[in-house]
Amino acid sequence: MIPARFDYHRPGDIAAALAILGEHGDEARVIAGGHSLIPMMKLRMTDLAHLVDLQDIAELRDIAVEGGTVRLGAMVTQHDLIASAELAQAAPLVREAALQIADPQVRYCGTVGGNVANGDPGNDMPGLMQCLGATFHLVGPGGERTVAARDYYEAAYMTAREDDEILTAITFAVPSGGYAYEKQKRKIGDYATAACAALVTMEGGRCTQASIAMTNLSDVPVWSEAAVQALVGTGCEADAIGAAVEAARADIDPTEDNRGPVDFKRHVAGVMIRRAIERAVSRA
Amino acid sequence: MKDLPDSQERTVALKGLGTSRKRVEDARFTQGKGNYVDDIKLPGMLFGDFVRSPHAHARVKAIHTEAAMKVPGVLAVITARDLEPLGLHWMPTLAGDKQMVLADGKVLFQGQEVAFVVATDRYAAADGIEAVEVEYEDLPVVTDPFKALEPDAPVLREDLAGKTEGAHGPRRHHNHIFTWEQGDREATEQVIAEADVVAEEMIYYHRTHPCPLEPCGCVAQMDKVNGKLTIWGTFQAPHAIRTVVSLISGIEEHNIRIVSPDIGGGFGNKVGAYPGYICSAVASIVTGKPVKWVEDRMDNLMTTAFARDYWMKGRIAATKEGKITGLWCHVTADHGGFDACADPTKFPAGFFNICTGSYDIPTAFLSVDGVYTNKAPGGVAYRCSFRVTEAAYFIERMIEILAIELGMDAAELRRINFIKAEQFPYHSALGWEYDSGDYHTAWDKALAAVDYAGLRREQAERVDAFRRGETRKLLGIGLTHFTEIVGAGPVKNCDILGLGMFDSCEIRIHPTGSAIARLGTISQGQGHATTFAQILASEIGLPADSITVEEGDTDTAPYGLGTYGSRSTPVAGAATAMAGRKIRAKAQMIAAYLLEVHDDDLEWDVDRFAVKGDPERFKTMKEIAFAAYNQAIPGLEPGLEAVSYYDPPNMTYPFGAYVCVMEIDVDTGQTEIRQFYALDDCGTRINPMIIEGQVHGGLTEALAIAMGQEIAYDEMGNVKTGTLMDFFVPTAVETPHYTTDHTVTPSPHHPIGAKGVGESPNVGGVPAFSNAVHDAFRAFGLRQSHMPHDHWRVWKIASGLGLHG
Ligand SMILES: Cc1cc2nc3c(=O)[nH]c(=O)nc-3n(C[C@H](O)[C@H](O)[C@H](O)COP(=O)(O)OP(=O)(O)OC[C@H]3O[C@@H](n4cnc5c(N)ncnc54)[C@H](O)[C@@H]3O)c2cc1C
Repeated sequence: MIPARFDYHRPGDIAAALAILGEHGDEARVIAGGHSLIPMMKLRMTDLAHLVDLQDIAELRDIAVEGGTVRLGAMVTQHDLIASAELAQAAPLVREAALQIADPQVRYCGTVGGNVANGDPGNDMPGLMQCLGATFHLVGPGGERTVAARDYYEAAYMTAREDDEILTAITFAVPSGGYAYEKQKRKIGDYATAACAALVTMEGGRCTQASIAMTNLSDVPVWSEAAVQALVGTGCEADAIGAAVEAARADIDPTEDNRGPVDFKRHVAGVMIRRAIERAVSRA
Repeated sequence: MKDLPDSQERTVALKGLGTSRKRVEDARFTQGKGNYVDDIKLPGMLFGDFVRSPHAHARVKAIHTEAAMKVPGVLAVITARDLEPLGLHWMPTLAGDKQMVLADGKVLFQGQEVAFVVATDRYAAADGIEAVEVEYEDLPVVTDPFKALEPDAPVLREDLAGKTEGAHGPRRHHNHIFTWEQGDREATEQVIAEADVVAEEMIYYHRTHPCPLEPCGCVAQMDKVNGKLTIWGTFQAPHAIRTVVSLISGIEEHNIRIVSPDIGGGFGNKVGAYPGYICSAVASIVTGKPVKWVEDRMDNLMTTAFARDYWMKGRIAATKEGKITGLWCHVTADHGGFDACADPTKFPAGFFNICTGSYDIPTAFLSVDGVYTNKAPGGVAYRCSFRVTEAAYFIERMIEILAIELGMDAAELRRINFIKAEQFPYHSALGWEYDSGDYHTAWDKALAAVDYAGLRREQAERVDAFRRGETRKLLGIGLTHFTEIVGAGPVKNCDILGLGMFDSCEIRIHPTGSAIARLGTISQGQGHATTFAQILASEIGLPADSITVEEGDTDTAPYGLGTYGSRSTPVAGAATAMAGRKIRAKAQMIAAYLLEVHDDDLEWDVDRFAVKGDPERFKTMKEIAFAAYNQAIPGLEPGLEAVSYYDPPNMTYPFGAYVCVMEIDVDTGQTEIRQFYALDDCGTRINPMIIEGQVHGGLTEALAIAMGQEIAYDEMGNVKTGTLMDFFVPTAVETPHYTTDHTVTPSPHHPIGAKGVGESPNVGGVPAFSNAVHDAFRAFGLRQSHMPHDHWRVWKIASGLGLHG
């Protein structure tokens, strides 16, 4: 469990970081909290000549809620997400989800940027960001561009980000209505067997807006438009929720692993989706 | 009149037997001041590590080391060819087999040691390992012991070709290791043929791993000037290791020093000898420098000794009323690529013949077949006496299944069949003499404590509510009454590599009335320094706080067989008491001289000898100790020391009654322990707080094993659970609250009546958790479902019973 030799860089601003990435090409990779990257390096599954540590770049650390928009710097840790009163107020769903990631030790290091950039289907934040309809901000040699979270993930560990780009921030509109994040895992510190994020807005007994997204049930996070359609316009009665659960389940494609076989995962996914929607409705 | 403290106050001041004395070890552990193997740093120390096989079964065609030798810091790459001239490319196992130290032509399990890279530090070693190129040719893999015994199964052990006789009798197939039979086959088969009711089932106890927090490791240092080899290592049996090292290396035993420093948990994983020890020693002999080898977590889980992997086919016969008449059991034991089980020599399946459990079963028969497969070797006693947790799990499952067959309550079925208090000492049908027990009392106390009848009512209501669709949760009540067999053991039938399983204690009393005691055992977290001082305090009347207990250095400690199988208290604890009695006997003579009375005119009073009928004339042990060093006493040598080697006349048989109440979500397979009640009877209780700690720890391991912990292989022999992400070790969040309780039935043959407790909770806990899962589904027709009961397997039970609609 010892990584191969590498050079360590610690730039003070984004421009310097981009310069190092530019110089070394695919020999270099940024490191945020290191809690996904370092295990891969220790297992010698990832071999890199240059690590570019982002932790001295102060501008990546801010949480801001302004004009109805939440902005999370890429280097905001999962612990910061939990501790921020402002965020708890504006988007309690983020706090609820962050509390279900790993354990406190991992959350002190793991960042929101690393979590979404990584492309690991087991990460919770990508599904969460799909649910929130977030936008990812990328900076590369050609300047800044944005990619919708729902367009970012291509396959496991394959994303819309180019090798020479850095994810600097995540933005999303302050969500309204009821929310819930439901996750089944084998133990503290485990990734999801199945997880679901739900947002539901009710007006006058009718669902006017909803968003349903799932984690670790496919090689990418799954946002289910069909589930949304099954809810919007209904009173979220048992039938409507049942239809939404079935619609969401139709969008997943889990694989067998140590957490269980496919039929089990499909069943548990249904339970998580149902619980998430029901709880979101109860809070809407 | 002198102000005499009353004897009770003096007793309290000793902190002897029965005191919840705080652990003296904890001061250093809680401050991070422990001294583990990896803390040892010697000048010029090198680091060695292994190139391991990615294949479960393959021929090793060539090993190319040139590139590795060019890696900066790499000094040597050792292969089997280098060890062969020394005769060290294979080593004997504790089970009478032999094991490759480094791959000799082929590999038999994933992770097997292929080459040893020696470098200036562990980083260079890791780079060197990466640069070693090994050419493999895949061979067919067999991970299923039943398939391994098929006629055309691949030949795993080519070195045993043509050998029809193994260490434990005839071998009937190229992958067969031994057959071990106990009891009366014919009589048992007859009882079963004629019985009113017979329950038959295959009970599988899956492969798991002790997974101590600290993995295995050592530092070997050959001092070329004086010819002495010192090895600091994670050894549960340091003296046995010294003898083994001497036998296989030819170095005289006085020139070998084995030291076990602080050990971060053993649980059986650190009993045997591993290739890392041999390779480090050889590397140190060759380089003249100290060499360290320390496993990482994956090495530990994948290659050093596993536990269980027992397929136990059972038949249990009873009358219509539920009186058990016979028990038949056949075990297919998966030992992996080498037979490296750590059992007493005459017991290739350990003490599995304790499988009649707590019940008076007149007729029984057991046979065990050991089998080679392409899995890691081991088969150690993971926090249990030898194969005892397998036996307890087997009988406690069979009882439940018989209860289903009879349509009876499982608690009542147990009560009908318990060995009665007046039957002790009890001779079991499979050959043991149970020393003492009072099972009915313990059972009734346990059932009353949990309101068993109330729980059953609640469960019935829950089943009704479930059937009406009002809840998706079921309630399971897991019962266990286990009997352990610990304290190996009498030299007449217990040895390891020919070394009798006695143990020892040597005591020196210092002039000012404090003492040091050295033992042949070694604590790995059990708290020996705390409890053995308490035994002595009560025996010799010096405060436990004034007694140092030292273990683990073979140059200073008396010879002993080490710590595993809950043997320390039954054997070394007895030696401690006996050595203490020798001290007291001499002290009595000294006191008699000082008080100018005859020895027989004195009586022992907590911490002193007083003249009978004249309690104000006395000499305290502190005074006697000083006199032993400053007075010339006619007929007595100066000094106050004693040594005792204790050969136990019998094993001890701790027992307990456990109840687990579990909530099960049939839709997610998630389980929650609502209540866990554990009553343990370990005879005389030395330190109740340490007992409680041991019970909590053992139950938590049992929870892990029953509910998720496993070493799983795929069909190619790849380990699927080689990290703590997949190998379940509970955190505080998953660990339930436990209620502990006790009865006290002393061992009649142990000097202080103690029996050993460290392993009981693992032995009794696993069936209690597992029975709770099974019991929850009993109303829906479940008979048997194999552990571990993780979410998906519990879900599968529910789905198989049609509970998902
Ligand atoms: C025991 C354990 C349990 C865990 N359980 C969970 C869990 O339940 N749920 C969960 O979601 N996660 C879990 N994780 C993962 C954890 O949350 C990680 O910290 C997180 O996935 C990655 O964040 P990081 O800051 O550590 O990223 P790093 O490990 O530093 O980086 C991960 C990847 O993202 C890239 N990257 C990082 N930051 C940027 C950036 N700003 N721009 C571009 N690329 C970037 C890196 O180059 C790397 O490829 C667990 C981790 C551990 C060790």
